[in-house]
Amino acid sequence: MAAEFHNLQEMQHSALLVTKVFIQRDYSEGTVCRFQNKFPSELNNRIERTLLEETVKTLNSYYVEAEKIGGQSYLEGCLACATAYIVFLCMETRYEKVLKKISNYIQEQNEKIYAPRGLLLTDPIERGMRVLEVSVFEDRGSSGSTPSSSMSSCSSAR
Amino acid sequence: MSAVMITRKVRKWEKLPGKNTFCCDGRVMMARQKGVFYLTLFLIVGTCSLFFAFECPYLAVHLSPAIPVFAVILFLFVIAFLLRTSFSDPGVLPRALPEEANFIEMEIEAANGNVPAGQRPPPRIRNVQINNQIVKLKYCYTCKIFRPPRASHCSICDNCVDRFDHHCPWVGNCVGKRNYRYFYLFTLTLSLLTIYIFAFNIVHVVMRSVDQGFLNTLKETPGTVLEVLVCFFTLWSVVGLTGFHTYLISLNQTTNEDIKGSWSGKNRIQNPYSHKNIIKNCCEVLCGPTYPSVLDRRGLMQEDSPVFTNSEAPSSFNNPVPQTTKTTAPLIPNEHTPDDVKPSIAFSAERSPSPKESSPSPKEEEHPPAPKLPPLASPETDAETSIAKTH
Repeated sequence: MAAEFHNLQEMQHSALLVTKVFIQRDYSEGTVCRFQNKFPSELNNRIERTLLEETVKTLNSYYVEAEKIGGQSYLEGCLACATAYIVFLCMETRYEKVLKKISNYIQEQNEKIYAPRGLLLTDPIERGMRVLEVSVFEDRGSSGSTPSSSMSSCSSAR
Repeated sequence: MSAVMITRKVRKWEKLPGKNTFCCDGRVMMARQKGVFYLTLFLIVGTCSLFFAFECPYLAVHLSPAIPVFAVILFLFVIAFLLRTSFSDPGVLPRALPEEANFIEMEIEAANGNVPAGQRPPPRIRNVQINNQIVKLKYCYTCKIFRPPRASHCSICDNCVDRFDHHCPWVGNCVGKRNYRYFYLFTLTLSLLTIYIFAFNIVHVVMRSVDQGFLNTLKETPGTVLEVLVCFFTLWSVVGLTGFHTYLISLNQTTNEDIKGSWSGKNRIQNPYSHKNIIKNCCEVLCGPTYPSVLDRRGLMQEDSPVFTNSEAPSSFNNPVPQTTKTTAPLIPNEHTPDDVKPSIAFSAERSPSPKESSPSPKEEEHPPAPKLPPLASPETDAETSIAKTH
């Protein structure tokens, strides 16, 4: 894991940022946090459609879990209200716990799937939960889209 | 040209655009004008102090000691909810970084197609379907994003706020998605406190007058008159406000939508966010998840660019130029362009259309020229975006 992460950082320094693709929010179900599962055409040659769709679907399910209005959220809300919300100074809310899970998931996906293909996902919370940013990198030394030696060692390490 | 490296750790809140003030190293976030908030605090604390000083000793002895205890609990709740409303991030949406703004501009260009010269491009609106209703998302010229549904731009704080309700000068902050329930609970507990103090003032005056006469009572407890006055005027306004917000919550509407009449009237669409059930609506607003702040206030800024000290240099860390004078976006004001942008739009429309002429800072050269696109919103001159660009 540490070796792969080291390669991720190396890739960022040795690779050239070509463009950024933004996956927008899907508001068809209201104001809940959900990203569109439309595959951007700029990523056609870079990654398989199913992989990206799987990532977006998993992220969406995490957000649904965070924003679920049910027994646990009522309990948390009522308990917090009864203590005038002072309890939030010491306790982590459910949403924050799920956000941590999301952050770990994105890091894992980056290391396993996206970095070997010269892509990088940015956690939506760093962009105001508006977009899922996919940075597209090109190796600095090569002219085409052939993977560099660091990237191929990363993929062979998988 | 001499280079000076600034090594002080700068937190992101110091470079955030918008007209907010921050305290406690970014933990507290409020609007700029705080005078009315101090008045609110003074009125609440002052009236309660008078109550504890004048009425409570008598009532505790002659009626019940539970009366001041309950008053203290109510008072603490009111203060806690007030401070929570005033100090928290209402749900501010961070502005788009340059790459995102460019991406959106290109999408708009593609959607509009070729506009004949001399004709105004169509207003920037995106239609989304929510629960089988078409909702229009408007483009924010200041923040350079398409506002999510129910978001609105607050001109006082100069931020887009998610589920924007209104800007409340009494709490010194906007009321939005993240602090609406605290605001509602504040008005509710304040109503209860006001009614409580008013009622027990009357009880106290009546009880004492029976023993000593009305005028003597007033002489002994002069605070009573002041309290009754404050409570009387507060009652009408705060109780009315609580009732109004209870009505809004039961319909899952915001004050902003109610004022604009977004969901009222036969020709307009119905509220797509309402569950059509009062209990469900109340539960969603009051007991829903506690949304996190997406504005990273306490994160550290990336300090990897040197600052040059001569006059040619971009003054990134020393004088952040105010946002409002620079953000003249595709130079077409529509009815929803924030008012502070309109004069600058009219002004720059009279000059040549190139955005580079309007701001002579050399920072312009850092951004790649894009002659094919319509004049972009001028790049922000604050440090945050320039640093993000050098990432």
